[in-house]
Amino acid sequence: MIQMKVISKRFGQINPLSIDSYIKAEGYEALKKAVAMHPSKIIDEIEISKIRGRGGAGFPAYIKLRALSNETGNKYIVCNADEGEPGNFKDRMIMENDPHAILEGMVIMAYATGSTQGYIYIRGEYQNAMNIFKKTIKAAEECGYLGKNILDKGFDFNVEVRSGAGSYVCGEEFSMIESIEGKPGRSRTKPPFPTEKGIHNRPTLINNVETFANFPHIVLNGGKKFAEIGTPSSTGTKLISLSGNVKNKGLYEVPFGTSIRDVIFKLGKGLENNRSIKMVQLGGASGPIIPEYMLDMSIDFDRFENFDSKTGTGAIIVIDDRFDIFDILLINMKFFVHQSCGKCTPCREGHVQIVNLLNKFISHRATEKDLMSLENLAYVIQQTSLCGLGQTSMTSIISSLRYFRDDYFAKVRY
Amino acid sequence: MVNFKINNIDISVEENTTILQAARKHHIDIPTLCNYPDLEIKSECRVCVVEINGEKKLFTSCSTIAKEGMIVNTNSPKVLNARKTILELILANHDAVCATCPKNLNCELQTLANKLGIDENRFPTVLEVKPIDNKNPALIRNINRCIKCGRCIDVCKSIQSMNVLDVMGRGQNIEITPAYGKFLTDESCTYCGQCSSVCPVGAIIEKDDTDPVWEALNNPNLHVIVQVAPAVRVSLGEELGMEPGSIVTEKVVSALKYLGFDAVYDTDFTADLTIIEEGNELIDRITNGGVLPIMTSCCPGWINYVEQKYPEILDHISSCKSPQQMFGALAKSYYAEKMKLDPKNIFVVSIMPCTAKKYEAKREEMRIDSVNPDVDVVLTTRELGKMVRQMGINFESIEGSPFDKPFGITTGAAAIFGATGGVMEAALRTVYEVVNKEELKDINFTMVRGTDGIKEAEVELGGQKVKVAVAHTLANAKILSDQVKNGTSPYVFIEIMACPGGCIGGGGQPYGTTAEIRQKRIDAIYKVDENMTIRKSHENPDIKALYDDYLEKPLGHKSHQLLHTHYHSRKK
Ligand SMILES: Cc1cc2nc3c(=O)[nH]c(=O)nc-3n(C[C@H](O)[C@H](O)[C@H](O)COP(=O)(O)O)c2cc1C
Ligand code: SF4
Ligand code: SF4
Ligand code: SF4
Ligand code: SF4
Repeated sequence: MIQMKVISKRFGQINPLSIDSYIKAEGYEALKKAVAMHPSKIIDEIEISKIRGRGGAGFPAYIKLRALSNETGNKYIVCNADEGEPGNFKDRMIMENDPHAILEGMVIMAYATGSTQGYIYIRGEYQNAMNIFKKTIKAAEECGYLGKNILDKGFDFNVEVRSGAGSYVCGEEFSMIESIEGKPGRSRTKPPFPTEKGIHNRPTLINNVETFANFPHIVLNGGKKFAEIGTPSSTGTKLISLSGNVKNKGLYEVPFGTSIRDVIFKLGKGLENNRSIKMVQLGGASGPIIPEYMLDMSIDFDRFENFDSKTGTGAIIVIDDRFDIFDILLINMKFFVHQSCGKCTPCREGHVQIVNLLNKFISHRATEKDLMSLENLAYVIQQTSLCGLGQTSMTSIISSLRYFRDDYFAKVRY
Repeated sequence: MVNFKINNIDISVEENTTILQAARKHHIDIPTLCNYPDLEIKSECRVCVVEINGEKKLFTSCSTIAKEGMIVNTNSPKVLNARKTILELILANHDAVCATCPKNLNCELQTLANKLGIDENRFPTVLEVKPIDNKNPALIRNINRCIKCGRCIDVCKSIQSMNVLDVMGRGQNIEITPAYGKFLTDESCTYCGQCSSVCPVGAIIEKDDTDPVWEALNNPNLHVIVQVAPAVRVSLGEELGMEPGSIVTEKVVSALKYLGFDAVYDTDFTADLTIIEEGNELIDRITNGGVLPIMTSCCPGWINYVEQKYPEILDHISSCKSPQQMFGALAKSYYAEKMKLDPKNIFVVSIMPCTAKKYEAKREEMRIDSVNPDVDVVLTTRELGKMVRQMGINFESIEGSPFDKPFGITTGAAAIFGATGGVMEAALRTVYEVVNKEELKDINFTMVRGTDGIKEAEVELGGQKVKVAVAHTLANAKILSDQVKNGTSPYVFIEIMACPGGCIGGGGQPYGTTAEIRQKRIDAIYKVDENMTIRKSHENPDIKALYDDYLEKPLGHKSHQLLHTHYHSRKK
């Protein structure tokens, strides 16, 4: 079995709208255990588990938690459920199938860090998830797992559902903070980081849905046990959103270390109509494009670091040989033209020029000079953009220039 | 202390110093665009990026704090390439027509393009030409030249508390425009022009009115006269290449004569007159239980603010016209009679540090014959600089000459109108002596000088201690206005100037104004005051003569006709 169900173990097994159903399946046990622990001990367990954020960048979770717990006064906890990266649907699946697990993770971390207000920022298109989560919050409040004096331990924590106006950049931490404050979603200059100055300039923790859903498991079973799953650099399991031209598209959960090839062929059952693979895009629109011969690479944050990108969301998009790299690159880049918030120059003006250059290749008007300009501009956008959007949007271009360079030359006019 | 290296030079700075600050301290030049002294750090243009050893990304030096042991390179090939690329991107979405742009040779984008050696743009233009906002008499916004640096938003929001401008739209389609409309006239803009003064390019500029002035000068049937505001004498030199704070009073007169004006007068004269009228208004309100505190009315940016944001407190505003409009009114009445001229043939030009004055001169109320404006055209310091350049005058070496008569004698009290606190000090010099019937021992009211946002002083008037206050910038004006509105204001007299530092920091002053430069202009203004033989308005013999000859008495019938006005609510 390559699948290993930790996060998804209750999917389909319980009624997501019933808190009783969740409680019967070990639900809120972790919270009960947590509130009997010293807050700093909880964060110690997270550190031992070595869990890294599931939002894409793979940042060690305990560092942000500890930073937040060291701050005093009002603090905020935000669950990032914006899931705007094309090709991802794992966060929606958790929200729709096991919403209390996310909430339980948030309440545990509120206790561990001394935060009193939480938000779950749900992508505008996810109406169903939003309805479910509102009911989830209500049920948890009624049962004393949320609200005032949680589990009679004298700590309070509220959670509100917020939603973006369908903008991808609102998934980025600071844009999300601005949006929660009621402003247009545009990033801020860093430092200070959200754990220092976030919502209303107060310390704020932002984690991904899947990250929060992992916390109860770690607290319940111990960090050490969690760290035994996966690889030394990437512990635990990963939800994989498999899509594109594969036979069995869908959500899978595998331990870190599983190869991409196994996911595509063993779980996805290979390509439709037995076509061959032209390329695979990892992570989403801001992830790298790799050729077939690299598929033995394992799912592991350290491997992904080579691509400087949000590869770690766990999306695998399979593209067969009917497609040209430029088809995919153009879709990606047009996406970023629309999603750039417009605040910083390289991202605001750069994406449009990237699209111009790609169109030159597509219409066979590009020269070698254009190839140089494209490569140069892609690196400048990556190196100089203000926020993660522009810093990662060029990954597909840069990786394609590395692995599919001949495809570019084939279109150059000499 | 933090020790690190920039370009292999050992550098030691205080904790929490940015790389940019550290570099500038050591005369290492890092170019910037969105950065502006005294404004928030935005790190949006990304032009100031530098390389830090061991890091893949480039870092904006304006927002990155220097850390112990850092090795920074400000001009590695990677950095230079990034900067150049960013500039090419900006230029590809910019209406770059430098030779015919008002900002030519005074433009930060152009200077930077030149500095970075951009002689070719790899990227084709993606500019979509959009309409220009020229519906108001003071400012023109040409968004085709806007580089989205956000400086104007910042000044308007944080210095002026106006929030007129904001970012609209997303991505490549963002526009920096009035928040809820396309035109400044849709908003409560005060035309203070601070946005134009910080804009690095030609995207917000004063409406150029030099053409009608040239036309008038070339019209033999017109008697063309000009008045020069107090603040201009310490800034026109700077506009024309001299050191900030150069005092060029008499050179201005000569230059204007050279341009062909029939007579050159000093707005200082009507500033003295304002003190007499406003001082008497204050005394009248104190003794007869009138509405207090009384608030000054010389600044049209402030008047535009009150009329639109605080109409509830209009009763507090002095009914005096501003010195510029008092001059215009006298020019077309008293002066016309004296010179035996038909007022219709007199063309009055003002040289002002201010863009809001252009709006003020166009007001319906500012026409004593109800038809023709008392002041025909207002030029900013910058526009006068332009005319001087057009005429090929070598300003620095020109011989000075005195202002014309009548209105020839002015006082130090009038000169300091140009700096924040100046109107207050001038008024106190007069009111104190008139009310207390004793000579001031020290005429320097230093309490109301300086650049603190809000200044207070206490003076004894007729045996009772009264408090006065001075504010500059509209954000500070808001604080005092709220007190007045709530009935909690402890003052009898309040001076307000919309621009930072007062008129010397006006929206029509030379570009590149910073706190440091404002200070130099302020110092110069007080030097002008010190060097005057008469330093109190009520001791001005020409003012006395004007009352004897024509106006009869302060707040008299003629004064009311010519020198006073009312303001009205324009709440949006
Ligand atoms: C443009 C952009 C979009 C992002 N969108 C998401 C998103 O939809 N969901 C998410 O969890 N993280 C997203 N991130 C990453 C977040 O900024 C942040 O790193 C993450 O929520 C941290 O959570 P984690 O530590 O649990 O991974 C995005 C980042 C960028 C730059
Ligand atoms: S990188 Fe793009 S999305 Fe991020 S701040 Fe810059 S313009 Fe906005
Ligand atoms: S704004 Fe500057 S760069 Fe643009 S056209 Fe004017 S002078 Fe040239
Ligand atoms: S003129 Fe003054 S009030 Fe109007 S937009 Fe500019 S800064 Fe704001
Ligand atoms: S109008 Fe000028 S100051 Fe305002 S954003 Fe544009 S370029 Fe910057």
